[in-house]
Amino acid sequence: MKELINIIADPIFSFPIVTTLFVLMMKYYRIVGTKKFGIGALLTAIPVATWLCLDPNFRKIILWPDNIPINIIIILIAWLTWYSLYRAALNDNRLDEGLGPWEGLPENREKVWVWPNLVYTELMCIIGCTVFLVVWAIIFKAPLEEPANPTWAPNPAKAPWYFLGLQEMLVYFDPWMAGVVLPGIIVVGLIAIPYIDTNPKGNGYYTIAERPLAMWGFLFGWFVLWQYLIIVGTFLRGPNWTYYGPFEYWDFHKVVAEYNVNLSEFFWIKWLNRPMPANMFVREFFGILITIGYLFILPPAIARMKWGKKIIANVGQIRYYITIFLIIGMASLPIKMVLRWLFSLKYIIALPELELNL
Amino acid sequence: MSKRGVADYIRETQVWKSIFRHGPPTNARNRAAVVAGNVFLHLHPIKLKKSGVQLGYTWCMGGLSFFVFLALTVTGLLLMFYYRPTAEYAYNDIIALKEHVPLGIMREIHRWGAHAMVITVWLHMFRVFMTGSYKPPREFNWGVGVILLVLTLLLSFTGYLLPWDQLAIWAITVGANMAKATPFLGHGGPGAALAQIGDFVMVSDKNDVRFQLLAGRFVGEPALLRFYILHCVFIPLVVATLIAVHFWRIRKDGGISAPL
Repeated sequence: MKELINIIADPIFSFPIVTTLFVLMMKYYRIVGTKKFGIGALLTAIPVATWLCLDPNFRKIILWPDNIPINIIIILIAWLTWYSLYRAALNDNRLDEGLGPWEGLPENREKVWVWPNLVYTELMCIIGCTVFLVVWAIIFKAPLEEPANPTWAPNPAKAPWYFLGLQEMLVYFDPWMAGVVLPGIIVVGLIAIPYIDTNPKGNGYYTIAERPLAMWGFLFGWFVLWQYLIIVGTFLRGPNWTYYGPFEYWDFHKVVAEYNVNLSEFFWIKWLNRPMPANMFVREFFGILITIGYLFILPPAIARMKWGKKIIANVGQIRYYITIFLIIGMASLPIKMVLRWLFSLKYIIALPELELNL
Repeated sequence: MSKRGVADYIRETQVWKSIFRHGPPTNARNRAAVVAGNVFLHLHPIKLKKSGVQLGYTWCMGGLSFFVFLALTVTGLLLMFYYRPTAEYAYNDIIALKEHVPLGIMREIHRWGAHAMVITVWLHMFRVFMTGSYKPPREFNWGVGVILLVLTLLLSFTGYLLPWDQLAIWAITVGANMAKATPFLGHGGPGAALAQIGDFVMVSDKNDVRFQLLAGRFVGEPALLRFYILHCVFIPLVVATLIAVHFWRIRKDGGISAPL
């Protein structure tokens, strides 16, 4: 069993599994968002978590003090996701029956005094949070390692946990993409959301049925591309950023045969059976062509299709192009991951002369 | 008048009346006065929709983010009494803090609080998305919130270097090496090689963004001072300003969201 989990936790398998689970969750959210399902999931999760924690290697990695926040956020996200789906399912069932959202009921719209209602809630939250922080601080001492030594790098050298999603992207992209361009797209994309999502429904209450596109797009990024990658980067990456299963001991001598091939090598050597051309742009022209096609020909091509026309009719040209650039920017990561796993593809464009590897 | 207790006596003293200029908040008039007359409480409206009080709707994550920020400010100030941001003293000051302050948990609260703030800010964003609260008229405030989220991560990131241990300098090295790869602005990034006039290299490891960030080519003492000032003064000032904007706009955009 543990052997099997060690194998399927590898991103090659766990990424499709997590994506499938995400699709199932979103498609059947009215079933997931029932109390029965929630209680069932909780009753399953407790023994599984207990069983996982019995393993010394697993315990070692999750109890490392700086990893505690991720355990907390995993639990909180699991619970709050279920809760949002529960509230969304409640509202969507009401909307099907022609009733308004639950939050819009007269008894919930009724105005109440801030003192004492809100002030009391805030005080209780503050006390709870303080107790939580103090207990956390007493149980887990803040880590302090050896003094800084610029001549000796620890292996693996990991960023703080909230950046490990980005560090994990370094497996598939060079730093200029994983550390600069993709985070930039994330920040700009988040700020752009209210301006490109012109759907007036679903403002101020939980719903999925009334705003499916926004939900699927954002939550895929949030769960699969952000939280999942952080979990992989934290728990499953050991020395040399090699994959280690959750029950595997971090053996520094684990050797992983990895031989990744550039697209230009596929093109010239494997397919055309020729030596690589000397001029770097000729050498890489196929990858450059694909990239230009992906960035500049795909969006207008989709715009001409029925699906694209519908979106443009709804939101206009500018919003359409911004949305589609954000989507293809986000999609570049799973595309690159799948290409890596299927074809050991290293770079689509490999121009180390210009530090431009894609 | 036989039931008059000590509390009633205190409420009638001149001192009490000079601080709280209204009676106990048991009637409508005084409940309005207690919120409107207090500089901290007047961040709130006087009345709000019931859904805005329900934890099932707000999760209180925005409020807790602000509270944790305040807790971090207080514990951070206390830590500043013990800490000197130099390569010579930084690590030893942390050791001294550990050894000389019996049962001290200020550094623990500060460190775990920093992680907690990242968690609460993320979950706040998650909740705001799930309830569609970024929709008009709150588009701009969502943008302010995204900037605050980035600044929260930067606050945590800059603070990571200050203990000056192995974890600190190598985590920052990983981050700083990403800055090195910024297109056109980092010497290891695409396009930097093009920025060359004759023999004059415009973007090198002596002037690129990583150099600006670290005040050097590697994580050394100048980087420690730079991160210290960013962490303790510069970013908190920006965050505090934006929090004010964020709260102000919540009120101006119609309070906590609810169905239109």
